[in-house]
Amino acid sequence: MRALLLAVLLVLTPVAASAVQPDEVLKDPALEGRAREISKDLRCLVCQNQSIDDSNAPLARDLRVLVRERLTAGDSNQQVLSFVTDRYGDYVLLRPPFKATTLFLWIGPFVILAIGGVATALYLRGRKGAAVAAGGDTAPLTEDERRRLDALLRKDKA
Amino acid sequence: MRRLIYLLPLLLFVGVGVAFLRGFDRDPRDIPSALIDKPAPEFSLPPLPGHKEGLSNATLKGDVTLVNVFASWCIPCKAEHPIITRLAREQGVTVRGINHKDKAEDAIAWLNRNGDPYASIGVDLDGRVSIDWGVYGVPETFLLDRQGRIRFKHVGPLTPQVVEEQILPMVKHLRSAS
Repeated sequence: MRALLLAVLLVLTPVAASAVQPDEVLKDPALEGRAREISKDLRCLVCQNQSIDDSNAPLARDLRVLVRERLTAGDSNQQVLSFVTDRYGDYVLLRPPFKATTLFLWIGPFVILAIGGVATALYLRGRKGAAVAAGGDTAPLTEDERRRLDALLRKDKA
Repeated sequence: MRRLIYLLPLLLFVGVGVAFLRGFDRDPRDIPSALIDKPAPEFSLPPLPGHKEGLSNATLKGDVTLVNVFASWCIPCKAEHPIITRLAREQGVTVRGINHKDKAEDAIAWLNRNGDPYASIGVDLDGRVSIDWGVYGVPETFLLDRQGRIRFKHVGPLTPQVVEEQILPMVKHLRSAS
């Protein structure tokens, strides 16, 4: 049973594998952990939709090594990220920062949702109002309508 | 008046359509540089063997300078090379090179074969200085003013269009401004 579990786990491990090469890994596991965390937030500019942690591009490797160097030199995570954004701009961050130029990016979806909600509410209220005004919903059937309805129902049963 | 509200979806659609259509003309690889209007990063690169001068901040001051990041292994670099040569020889633009992650003998052979328009070349063997310049794809070309500030950047090979419409007017402007 344990062997089977181990085998299953082994089969699953490549899914989580990153592009980090053994020679890049830092000796200090805490530092290496921070490096991995930072690398996952940095975009590889060559492939653009991969983080440098995932990418095999030479530039991604250089940046991974650089991140580790900065950490070893005693930089905080934020300092390392600033070091990279000073050179490549906010675009390297896979999680764009919240500021004036990215306001629409962050708020946009909620604004559109709100517009849709208001429009739907107005439409529904308008429809209800129109129905009441026409008296359609609430007025009882006339004698004539009732006879026609009965006739139809009887025809259905037959 | 109320009828006009039915035009709203159409207007929205046209608006979004125009926005997307404009996107077709934009190169997703073209990322705005974080260094525009900032001084060139602190750096100093050794020259290619057999060349006198390398490249550093001091070399970049005094004249409007085009800095071109190139490598002998880079195919688009060869494509843009005649354009850079013309800029240097015919337009009198000072062009300096950063030789990016290249073998010295390959770079020298490449320059012997294709001509050497560079006033000086700095060798960036490990690509670390290129990172300081925010380089992510060779070739890249920067235009610096007399104070050594980066004023313009182009990613990918230079084309006659980029030279005519962007670089030459900017060179003229920067030369007259300072």
